[in-house]
Amino acid sequence: MELDDEAFAQALPRVLSAALTTGADFAEIFASDWRGTGVGLDDGKIEQLSTGRNRGAGIRVIAGETTGFAHTADLTEDGLLAAARVAAEAARQGGGGTRVVALDERARRVVSPIEIDPSSIGKTAKVDLLRRVDDAARSAGGSITQVSAGYSDGRTHIVIANSDGVFVRDERVRTLLRVSAVANGDTGMQTGFDSLGHTMGFELFDKVSVEEVARTAAHRAITKLKARPAPSGSMPVVIKAGSGGVLFHEACGHGLEADLVSKGASVYKGKVGELVASPLVTLVDDGTMTHEWGAIAFDDEGHPSQYNVLIENGVLTDYMWDYLRARKEGRPQSGNGRRQSYKDLPMVRMTNTYVLNGEEEPADIIKDTKSGVYVAHLGGGSVNTATGDFVFGMTEAYLIENGEITEPLREGNLIGNGPQVLRDIDRLGNDFAMGNPGTCGKDGQGVPVGDGQPTLRVKSLTIGGTAA
Amino acid sequence: MSSPDRSGELLTIAERVVAMAKPGEQVEAYVSRGLSTDVRVYEGEVEHFVSAQSEGIGIRVIRDGRTGTSYCGTLDPGQIAEVLAEARDNLSYGEPDEWAGLASPDGVAVTPQNLWDDSLESTSTARKIELAKELERLARSGDSRVRVDDSNYSDAFGEAAVATTTGVRVAGRENGCYLSVGTLADDGDETQTGFGFAVGRNTDELDLDKAARDAVDRATRLLGATKPASRRITVVLDPYVTAQFLGIIGGTLNGESVVKGRSLFAQRLGETVASPLFTLVDDPTNPLAYTATDIDGEGLAARRNVLIDNGVLKTFVQSSYSARRMGVGTTGNGVRGGYAGSPSAGCLALQIAPGQRKQDEIIAGIDDGVLIQQVQGLHSGVNPVSGDFSTGAAGLMITKGSVGAPVREFTIASTLQRMLLDIAEVGADLEWLPMRATGVSLVIHDVTLSGS
Repeated sequence: MELDDEAFAQALPRVLSAALTTGADFAEIFASDWRGTGVGLDDGKIEQLSTGRNRGAGIRVIAGETTGFAHTADLTEDGLLAAARVAAEAARQGGGGTRVVALDERARRVVSPIEIDPSSIGKTAKVDLLRRVDDAARSAGGSITQVSAGYSDGRTHIVIANSDGVFVRDERVRTLLRVSAVANGDTGMQTGFDSLGHTMGFELFDKVSVEEVARTAAHRAITKLKARPAPSGSMPVVIKAGSGGVLFHEACGHGLEADLVSKGASVYKGKVGELVASPLVTLVDDGTMTHEWGAIAFDDEGHPSQYNVLIENGVLTDYMWDYLRARKEGRPQSGNGRRQSYKDLPMVRMTNTYVLNGEEEPADIIKDTKSGVYVAHLGGGSVNTATGDFVFGMTEAYLIENGEITEPLREGNLIGNGPQVLRDIDRLGNDFAMGNPGTCGKDGQGVPVGDGQPTLRVKSLTIGGTAA
Repeated sequence: MSSPDRSGELLTIAERVVAMAKPGEQVEAYVSRGLSTDVRVYEGEVEHFVSAQSEGIGIRVIRDGRTGTSYCGTLDPGQIAEVLAEARDNLSYGEPDEWAGLASPDGVAVTPQNLWDDSLESTSTARKIELAKELERLARSGDSRVRVDDSNYSDAFGEAAVATTTGVRVAGRENGCYLSVGTLADDGDETQTGFGFAVGRNTDELDLDKAARDAVDRATRLLGATKPASRRITVVLDPYVTAQFLGIIGGTLNGESVVKGRSLFAQRLGETVASPLFTLVDDPTNPLAYTATDIDGEGLAARRNVLIDNGVLKTFVQSSYSARRMGVGTTGNGVRGGYAGSPSAGCLALQIAPGQRKQDEIIAGIDDGVLIQQVQGLHSGVNPVSGDFSTGAAGLMITKGSVGAPVREFTIASTLQRMLLDIAEVGADLEWLPMRATGVSLVIHDVTLSGS
């Protein structure tokens, strides 16, 4: 059965009723059908083109504090009923009774309009993109010895229905390009990486130059060949616009997720209304940001995405919420209930998390920094939400000496404490930019997220470099 | 109660696909099916109970050096025909690679492994829930400052089969269970986190006491930790930390990275790359290894390979592709990430040959050092191509032979190349962990510590 078959929609109320027979107070079906294409280029060759399809439905049943969940790849009514019975059995309370579920379809909502469905584009065009990437990266400099690149697109058809009558149908399209280059010199090998990803169709490549992405990756590798070891110790750090949003995602965003807060696993528990950051900082999580990697029309519980202010002028205004946590607190959801696939339970997750613009010229911020480090690209990182301690890899960084950006630095880590960093932001630029597309991992599930920020300065962060 | 091995059914499906190969084509079909349970307990109640079933098929077709792949998450016969047709279509977009090809049986005998335990299948749901509750109780009662974030029981039953036109025909099944607990310890304003886990082929093998003790220790030992002063220092890596580093070192000893110009150890076979105290083997045939297996992801016999022998680089791990390209034999190290992925070279079960002394005996001989008990952001902080690394760390200071004050919020940095050469001692305390590498205490001299 296909998700847009009328028979599928008609089966949903019956399946939900079956899921409620053990006395549960809530039942939900999340069904998805994903089709995608991936192409890899490595070592000068298109290695392989791969296409795939994954579809199925997850059924969630909540009875009091207990959630039962089962999923199936069998989308027939019998298949769905079987999964509903397994989920219902796992969340039994009392039992008996029949509840009739009436669904009321929410109006279709488009946050990121798609012009060219990638599945309508021939595979040759996708392969050609990677050839262009390979050429551009290799011609960026003689020291480039290796290039690998990947293209992927995916289109997901989603149907969500629950016993509160919510019924949502949605279509999500994402397109992604990644480039990694290796440069070889007297000092050994260095790597550079860049990526581009949007909730957009193939028109993405009419708007953005893939050659530019390739050259950025190549230049990151080449620059590091002449880089000196990063210093170690505490110092002022200026973070370029669009390269440090991930720091806010990790270092404070996770701590503002209501599921972690409710278990007392967040440093921000009980801090709503308090000053938790420099008054310069306004932090937002925004699922409605058109075409950004974390943009969604509805979250994975069928709630429309929202623009949520988390911190306003330094004051903590609210956490992010999913169905379960909002229900417990008797408050509205915030459109942050997300999951990796139909095989997973939803949790509180971010969408696009960013710091709003300040007022200063970025050049002034650098000029006023006597000595420190300028971070132009951050790699992955992680945070301990209970303590706020975080670590990030710097993948492109420079020394700041006497108010000027000078020598490039080799890789090192930035480490610090989320709440402390928020308070230590002492300069904020007016040049807001979004960063690279990201995949946020939590409890074993990855979801696409975006982040962004203007150029800003943290008055003291620990750099863990290899210089003595 | 025991159920018959039905992985033969999957082999039949795979063989049916392979039989549809056209002249001049190499075809591989990988078919898998699995069932898993996850129980999470919080404050004595079941927070969630997940019952998951999954299946899928991945097909690779190679013709004239071009490769195409396709997969789908169902074993519906109509869909399988579509997957084969897609893989065929996809190959026309690949570029010819003279080394492309599937693995052929190479005559190496399979070391049989006992990867299936019937008793796990008959474990009741009530017992699974009780185990998670018991672990939560044990962790909570271990220390008055400790709270439990969540306590989890999981088990997984998987069957898989691979068939190829080159003569590979294998099928098998595997099961296991896992308990884990996350803890929080509070002391005034400060909160620290910890975790503990236990693994087994059946629930009787799960060591709940150790899991609870580890979770309590990890959360409480860092309370009151301060930031240490920057300097060059001797570090002792706890077995769990060593295993995380081994995962990264293993990635550099990989034939695929070598042929693609991404390994810092390319061209160094036969040379001294590590301290003479350091011998590293990849041995999935050792039944004690969590990732022990009889066959690799390409369907060849898994085997024991010595990668570094007393400091000398001996072998890179190889898939059939990288082996063909390097002109050597495969080492049986094809790794596959489920039905959606193609196999690539990787380590299966790394292990350092243990030394003579236990961790406390080693520490007794160190004047100024740090015992590193956890690392944070290791993957983001290591460049496996250049070898530079820097990682956030936490642990205990070592002063005049004994461990003292806890320290956190600092980094340790070096290069992988130097770190291997600077190994001063390997401990005797081998620890089998639920990952592709085994833990052991490791002493390394002259590491840069960045703190205050």
